[in-house]
Amino acid sequence: MPVPPSHVLIFSLLLFSIGMLGVLTRRNAIIILMSIELMMNAANINFIAFSRQLNNLAGQVFGVFTIAVAAGEVAIGLAVVLALFRNRDTIYVDEVHVMKG
Amino acid sequence: MSASAVIFYVLASIAVLSAAMVIWSRYPVHSALYLVTTFLSVAGIYVLFEAEFVAAVQVLVYAGGIMVLFLFVILLVNLKDTLGPRVRLHATFSSLIGTAVVGLILYVYSQGRVPGSPGAAPMLREGGNLQAIGTSLYREYLLPFEIASVLLLVAMIGTIILARQKT
Repeated sequence: MPVPPSHVLIFSLLLFSIGMLGVLTRRNAIIILMSIELMMNAANINFIAFSRQLNNLAGQVFGVFTIAVAAGEVAIGLAVVLALFRNRDTIYVDEVHVMKG
Repeated sequence: MSASAVIFYVLASIAVLSAAMVIWSRYPVHSALYLVTTFLSVAGIYVLFEAEFVAAVQVLVYAGGIMVLFLFVILLVNLKDTLGPRVRLHATFSSLIGTAVVGLILYVYSQGRVPGSPGAAPMLREGGNLQAIGTSLYREYLLPFEIASVLLLVAMIGTIILARQKT
């Protein structure tokens, strides 16, 4: 493998932490969903890289499953955003605090 | 450094930069476009890692389906009069935590060392990547495959129920 696995890990770590930063800092719910997608992509990169590294196809199969789960998650999440916008006229997560208790 | 390594580093830096722009840019549409760039470069990296099928699925599902979904919702949700501070108040605290996690994982990498490769043999069997994945998917992973399809069905029904206009 011409690219050392640690570099792939660092790349996916960077992608994951950018996504985490987006989830933690942004207020817009759509951007938060995009950041979750970034984190799922980072996990997927690890699957694919180690599937090649260990010469085992299971990683690629689980990569496909991850993409399917991400598609379902984004559909549900965007529907929640739409319902939120309809009921509250905002998609900024800090303005929605009904369940704060 | 071989050609594939150069391509990997170029694609990886494009992906990281556009991922940073996703959470940095002010307008959600710009974020969506940067997100497409990230997805496409990640797909290129998949091709580089000899996972052609996953790369194709990534382009079709992410850059095709999910991105159209995002754009539709951005256009449906009219944000004209909801301008406010872009970043939540505890942003500095959160970014401190994020940086600390990155530093911790990098430290673990530098200490523990990632286990070396047992010699990466080419994974392409006869029939290519697609046939190998298809065989594996329908033989060893048949049950997870069916569960994934049920999950997608449930997601579809749930989306319709959630997004339906109340009449």
